[in-house]
Amino acid sequence: MSGPLNQTPLHDWHVAHRGRMVDFAGWSMPVQYTSIVEEHQATRRGVGLFDISHMGRLRFRGPGAAAFLDRMVTRRVTDLRPGKIRYGLMTNEKGGILDDVLVYHLTDVQGRSFHQMVVNAGNREKIVAWIRSHVTAADDVEFEDESLDTAMIAVQGPAALATMAALAGADLSRLGYYSGLVTTVCGHPCVASRTGYTGEDGCELIVARAVGLQVWEAILSQGESRGAQAVGLGARDTLRLEAAMPLYGHELSETIEPLQAGLAFAVNLEGREFIGSAAIRAAKASPSGQVRIGLKMAGKRVPRQHCRVFAGEQAVGEVTSGTFSPTLDVPIAMAYVDAAASGLGTELLVDIRGRKEPACVVQLPFYVRPAPGGNS
Amino acid sequence: MGKPEELLYSETHEWVCVEQVDGAKVATVGITAFAIEQLTDLVYMELPEVGSQVTTGGEFGEVESVKAVSPLYSPVDGEVVAVNSELPDRLETLGQDPYGAGWLVRVRLSDEQSLAKLMNFAAYQKQCADEAH
Repeated sequence: MSGPLNQTPLHDWHVAHRGRMVDFAGWSMPVQYTSIVEEHQATRRGVGLFDISHMGRLRFRGPGAAAFLDRMVTRRVTDLRPGKIRYGLMTNEKGGILDDVLVYHLTDVQGRSFHQMVVNAGNREKIVAWIRSHVTAADDVEFEDESLDTAMIAVQGPAALATMAALAGADLSRLGYYSGLVTTVCGHPCVASRTGYTGEDGCELIVARAVGLQVWEAILSQGESRGAQAVGLGARDTLRLEAAMPLYGHELSETIEPLQAGLAFAVNLEGREFIGSAAIRAAKASPSGQVRIGLKMAGKRVPRQHCRVFAGEQAVGEVTSGTFSPTLDVPIAMAYVDAAASGLGTELLVDIRGRKEPACVVQLPFYVRPAPGGNS
Repeated sequence: MGKPEELLYSETHEWVCVEQVDGAKVATVGITAFAIEQLTDLVYMELPEVGSQVTTGGEFGEVESVKAVSPLYSPVDGEVVAVNSELPDRLETLGQDPYGAGWLVRVRLSDEQSLAKLMNFAAYQKQCADEAH
């Protein structure tokens, strides 16, 4: 990235609270404030607050919005009811993944319907250009990149929705998973959704940039008694990895097609065409061989992206993400390996800086949150 | 071990305490409180075996945090004569007592020239201040 880094409206707050700022996809973002493990556990046990204002927020209006998006995304958009959200992918003609996205269908306070898409920070400019190059006057859709005019905050953890109860203009706990609505937070207009990237219950909020800091501080203060803590990108990564959620640039790229990534659930090929659908259909008919798996290490050395994976002497794949799992207390990784080496329980070796360390193929995700009302 | 003010320091955040033992110079090596503060969330450490040779600037082990792995660089030349073998199982010691119980290895120096390149406490403090922002 060249030029000065983008700053979210919370940037000065992060710096003032000892956030260790790093360049992430052209944004100055906090990797951690205290310790990654502490912030991770705060999210698993109480409430974690994440500044995710760096992510791209795109709005689509007009009678043709749903039909246009339906052509751009691997999930059907035309039958997405107001108040619903779908996780999907944008693919190129070859079926390679351009980005993984959330598509929202919402109703504004005037009762008008609109669609919104949340995309990865590092792909925002690429996706905006991709959309602009495909939208025509005949599509009858108005498209706007609202990323720099808004802030986005994720509130995640078992106490997240209880924390929001006093601040939100609607009862978010009555919102279904992957549902959203236009409401208020601290009296300010807001898009709230029951979504997240941690494996915990919670919500994500989009507000005007000018009120981002006020909303952030209000949630932190409201959640104090429930252990609310600001969480940086370091723990965001360990949390999503335990939940086996893919990260663009790691599990997803333009050379990986969706079925290989284990994202069949995010692709709907039934009776519809979108950019890349023909290629994905062909790939489905003759699978390429490599699949995404989870690995649990026997030792303590941590596999990282690009570590090679072996079955005995034979190279069978490569690690895409690895970390030390604070919940399981062992190193874990996701990797792409040949289908023959992907069976649960298969003993593999990961080459960590020249030494092959034993690992076992395990079920994904690594972490599933306890059922609400459960004893655990 | 020594007081921080009396130790020598490398640019890569190892500290060195040189003592005369049975007519030979032996350097105790550790990593500084500043480095441990920067690393956070340590999960793994690997140290060399007694009897192995280390050279100035060469890697003699590694320390791994949740986020990343960092090599340990030797600030001196010589033979490893003792290793703090309990440390990898008690990494919290590094944060509690970095200049004492958190020592890593003792090296019998084969060459003292590298000592001249190490910093004193004041120079090292200045380096940390420069790195901190």
